[in-house]
Amino acid sequence: MDRELALGLLARAKEKGASQGDVTLIEREGVQVKVRLGELETVSQAHEMRLGLRLFFGRSAAATSTSDLSRASLDRLVEETCAMARATASDEFGGLPDAGEMAAEVPDLDLLDHESRGLPIEDGIDAARAAEEHALQYDPRVTNSEGAEFASSFNRLIHANSEGFAGEYATSRFHLSLAPVATSNGSMERDHWYTAARRRDALDSPEDVGREAGRRVTRRLGARQVRTCEVPVVFDASIAGTLVRHVAQAVSGYALYQRASFLCDRLGERVASDLVHVVDDGTIPRALGSRPFDSEGVGVRRKEVVEAGLLRSYLLDAYSARKLGGRSTGNAARGVGQPSAVSPMNLRLLPGEHSPEDIIASVEDGFYLTELMGFGFNAVTGNYSRGAAGIWIENGELAYPVSELTIAGNLNDMLRRIEMVGNDLRPQSPVAAPTLKIARMTVAGE
Amino acid sequence: MDKSQGSPPAFSPAAFFDERFGVTTRDLDRVLGRAMARHADYADLYFEYRTHDQVHLEEGLVKHASVSTANGVGARVLAEARTGYAFTDDVTIKNLDTAVRTANVIANDRGSDRPARVPAPQAPRRDLYPVPHSFADVPLERKIGVLQDLDRFARKADARVKGVFATLSLENKVVLIASSQGWVLGDFQPLVRCNVRCIVEDKGNRQAGYFGWGGRMALDDCVDAARCEANAREAVRRGLVNLDAVAAPAGPMDVVLGPGWPGILLHEAIGHGLEADFNRRKTSAFSGRIGERVATELCTVVDDGTIPWRRGSLNVDDEGTPTQRTVLIEDGILRGYMHDRLNAALLGMELTGNGRRESYAHVPMPRMTNTFMLAGEEDPEDIIRSVKDGIYAVSFGGGQVDITSGKFVFSANEAYRIEDGSVTQPVRDATLIGNGPDVLTRVSRVGADLALDDGIGTCGKDGQGVPVGVGLPTIRVDQLVVGGTSVRGPSGFQG
Repeated sequence: MDRELALGLLARAKEKGASQGDVTLIEREGVQVKVRLGELETVSQAHEMRLGLRLFFGRSAAATSTSDLSRASLDRLVEETCAMARATASDEFGGLPDAGEMAAEVPDLDLLDHESRGLPIEDGIDAARAAEEHALQYDPRVTNSEGAEFASSFNRLIHANSEGFAGEYATSRFHLSLAPVATSNGSMERDHWYTAARRRDALDSPEDVGREAGRRVTRRLGARQVRTCEVPVVFDASIAGTLVRHVAQAVSGYALYQRASFLCDRLGERVASDLVHVVDDGTIPRALGSRPFDSEGVGVRRKEVVEAGLLRSYLLDAYSARKLGGRSTGNAARGVGQPSAVSPMNLRLLPGEHSPEDIIASVEDGFYLTELMGFGFNAVTGNYSRGAAGIWIENGELAYPVSELTIAGNLNDMLRRIEMVGNDLRPQSPVAAPTLKIARMTVAGE
Repeated sequence: MDKSQGSPPAFSPAAFFDERFGVTTRDLDRVLGRAMARHADYADLYFEYRTHDQVHLEEGLVKHASVSTANGVGARVLAEARTGYAFTDDVTIKNLDTAVRTANVIANDRGSDRPARVPAPQAPRRDLYPVPHSFADVPLERKIGVLQDLDRFARKADARVKGVFATLSLENKVVLIASSQGWVLGDFQPLVRCNVRCIVEDKGNRQAGYFGWGGRMALDDCVDAARCEANAREAVRRGLVNLDAVAAPAGPMDVVLGPGWPGILLHEAIGHGLEADFNRRKTSAFSGRIGERVATELCTVVDDGTIPWRRGSLNVDDEGTPTQRTVLIEDGILRGYMHDRLNAALLGMELTGNGRRESYAHVPMPRMTNTFMLAGEEDPEDIIRSVKDGIYAVSFGGGQVDITSGKFVFSANEAYRIEDGSVTQPVRDATLIGNGPDVLTRVSRVGADLALDDGIGTCGKDGQGVPVGVGLPTIRVDQLVVGGTSVRGPSGFQG
């Protein structure tokens, strides 16, 4: 698998009349092990390669992909893509990014740990076993487990296009997670915890991961419902990132030009309280969401999405940028052979000055939210309603666990009502936020 | 559904893979023999070749068409509770050998003498989706025509329609499963799905409306002009309804669920908790409760993978076991779990044809097929009339469940207030939350109008998505928590 293969396909497509095109090749090797109650349960090994071809005939486009990289298969692929691209509608905004927008160089962001290839399976089994063991030892009420998993993967990507861009990079990813189960007086609860990183030595220790999972699951035992009310809601850092993800969905160029976002036409306006700073940055060395160029070969960069509560930037690729009259922000994230899409790289709500303890202490009567369920967010209207569980706060202290509740509001109001921002950002996911306090939401229960 | 295309041409998955990859039956025997080395209990190979076409329309234009092709083989070895799995998308004898050697790694330290024995399945003797077995393309012009029809019908339906987005997705999959028990069988699995979404806008108020449908059928059986018109209009209607929606109430209320897709309640509240893996591990809120009452006697719930043309149906599951109708709850009593091969063997129970996987790159697990409640006797109108103050929910987005605590949610995107037995104002999207082992004990009325959904469900579990169906007659659930924003004051609701 190499660049010449990609450039060869583009040359063949050009002979057949294609005006522009790009090729992406990805390769992944991965190992995943699962241990449950100390016993090995699953060993799974993956090897896959995929090639995606997108062609333009004038301003009309089509895309194909295949895992069959034989010469005959790729010949068919070029034919088929050409035939489809001739048949789709011409779109004045279509086409590759302008040549000047392509990444001029491919920076080394230190995204590969060579240990991701050939790591002995036993090392992964040992890590998973140790994490689960620490969760089971954390408290006698931790009696069962859905298992602990260790996964490592090596990924390589080559991208080339007819405007002269050709680049490649390799990344690795390591992941350790577990889901212990605790029981007490007929109540049974499950929770999970994880660590993830590009480098194996950047993972939290199995002991820390296991003990945190044990702490999280035992504190849920004996949960009750509360009465329906309007109270302050504190989002635990492990789930606060979901709010940032909703913002990303609403500032995606596609949602905006389709008028399917509650943030349409709001650039420069206040969309959140002045404590809120949201930055998307694909250039952070070793970070999980970093990459040297986006899926169209455009260089990634750091951008303020929300600055002191004001909406500063959308997330755009070449197509959605042309539709909206702007330039690509380097957020193209088209899957191999898939329709165009954008995605944030490392999207973070920047930490504030309060410790999570200070934030909880500021609440007289309210909800410390540690789990969200379901898909109750409507990006068109901002309407928000999700299942919730966590701990009730009384007089500034965590009082008792609660579950079978919903929280509801409108994201527009929720972002403006963020009145405290934690100092505890944990960037083990590409989209992350610290602990957040929202002044008031509806909590539905008994 | 009436089919007139007659019997499909003979199609042999074994010949298909032999021709494509040069893997013969003799090779399979040899590779499986190797997979069973060192006292493994069971081994299988899952070959898959899949094409997926997608065509998308927006702003009146089909701007994008794509085709993806995937093929590969997954090798699995079972030894007691252990699973070894390896897959490759480069199907050669050499890679098959490497894959089975990797998968066999789990068979090397056998701890007990209790092998996981399983009964041999029958070869599939039926065809639940008798379409022509061919990867020959539906002409792109035909697909574009369907989407343009949907666009035209939706725009014609109302002047407030500002945007129409339509997608047509066609998948064809051929699989071949070879087992260490000495059988090989194959299946050809078509899957069609059509979606239309529109944005409606009135005086600055914007809402989206959506309708999707499909199944395991040929394109022409899915998208005739009359259906396209009706479904495009339905998407518009759903958007328009929400223009007038008021804040949903917050707190427990009597809830009437309409027929069809609201059956997602069963999928979340009951279905996942009855998958055998969670019950073997005793991590389900339903663990050890077979024979107990978990619902009112009005409730009988089944999982049925044998309904012709359905999205959730399969001739055989992804381990080669014929699908069947499995009674999960009978007259309110919990009767059984849904099994894959590994968990049935470890629990000493019968296979139910629920061993499913997303693709060759995934290990099979117990998964649902089409899960629904059987019809009762009441007139749906009477059920609505029985509610003094509540919610009537007819359309839902997704749902989710915590299998261990039993708490589940599902999100209504078309719902109305019921006041004094009459359906009144539409309310905004709201999540409903309940407790799985408890919710069906609150079902006080079951309608005669059982309907299955329109063929849009995809269920996610451990990162694997598989197509499923759900169904429900109109039912009344007493006192379910509704997650709106409008808090009930002493004299009704506040805004």
